Amino acid sequence: MRHRSTVLSLDAKDLEILKALQEDSRQTYTAIGKRVGIAHSTVYDRVRRMEMQKVIRNYTALVDFEKAGVKKIMAIMTVYADPKETERVALKLAESPEVLEVYTSLSDELLIMAKVVAASQEGLHAFVANSVAPLNGVLRIRTSIITRKVKETSFLINDYLEGLHL
Amino acid sequence: MSSEGSSRILRAVPREKAFYFFTSIGNYTGASAVSLKEFVEKVNEVNVKSLEFHLYRADFEKWIAQVLEDAWLAGEVRRLQKFGLMGEPLRNQLYLTVSRRFKRLTSPPGSDQF
Repeated sequence: MRHRSTVLSLDAKDLEILKALQEDSRQTYTAIGKRVGIAHSTVYDRVRRMEMQKVIRNYTALVDFEKAGVKKIMAIMTVYADPKETERVALKLAESPEVLEVYTSLSDELLIMAKVVAASQEGLHAFVANSVAPLNGVLRIRTSIITRKVKETSFLINDYLEGLHL
Repeated sequence: MSSEGSSRILRAVPREKAFYFFTSIGNYTGASAVSLKEFVEKVNEVNVKSLEFHLYRADFEKWIAQVLEDAWLAGEVRRLQKFGLMGEPLRNQLYLTVSRRFKRLTSPPGSDQF
């Protein structure tokens, strides 16, 4: 079965490999091969190809910052911007290390949403006041500090394979 | 005060040094001021919650002292904190303080109003 994509050509085995890596990227090619039903050398070749194609962008560790004793606050920042400047403002925000994610949305009006991290409320305010509000085209900003995380996960290829709401 | 000193206080500063009015942490109203003249105007217009937020964090006095470089006005604004004003009475007092200073700095030499 080939999956729809004009850029990349992934088959069901590739997706199974991605699913396995998303669950545990430290498992061996042999273990993945056994699970998927192919030789470990084939797993290696496919993983290398997906790395080259940037389908696999990175291998990283999910850190529990509370357990690591790292104090920080997270916030969702909504930036209302002049439509002519929205793209530029979004790209500028994306350059900041304080900004973890940036999205643009066209709902009632064009806006930018960003997930921001800071060491403290004062640090968050300083970042918004000194680095975001002065950007050309920024009309106003609403920031909500996250007080409790109910769920945080990545989109898993498993969901894609099972066709959940897709 | 010399005319040079007045001109310096009355100048327009670059946008990145403007005063940006927030109502709380991270919540920007969209109003900003790049000069004392604009600051006086915005004090009269912005949501009064913004004035409460900034006055009691000492943001106004810091900006006036460090960016506009008007130590005298910064001191006068600092004094307002002691009264514990909120809402429109705060706006009125702050407006009176900054607008008087602006008028004084822009009035011709020899026409000292105070």
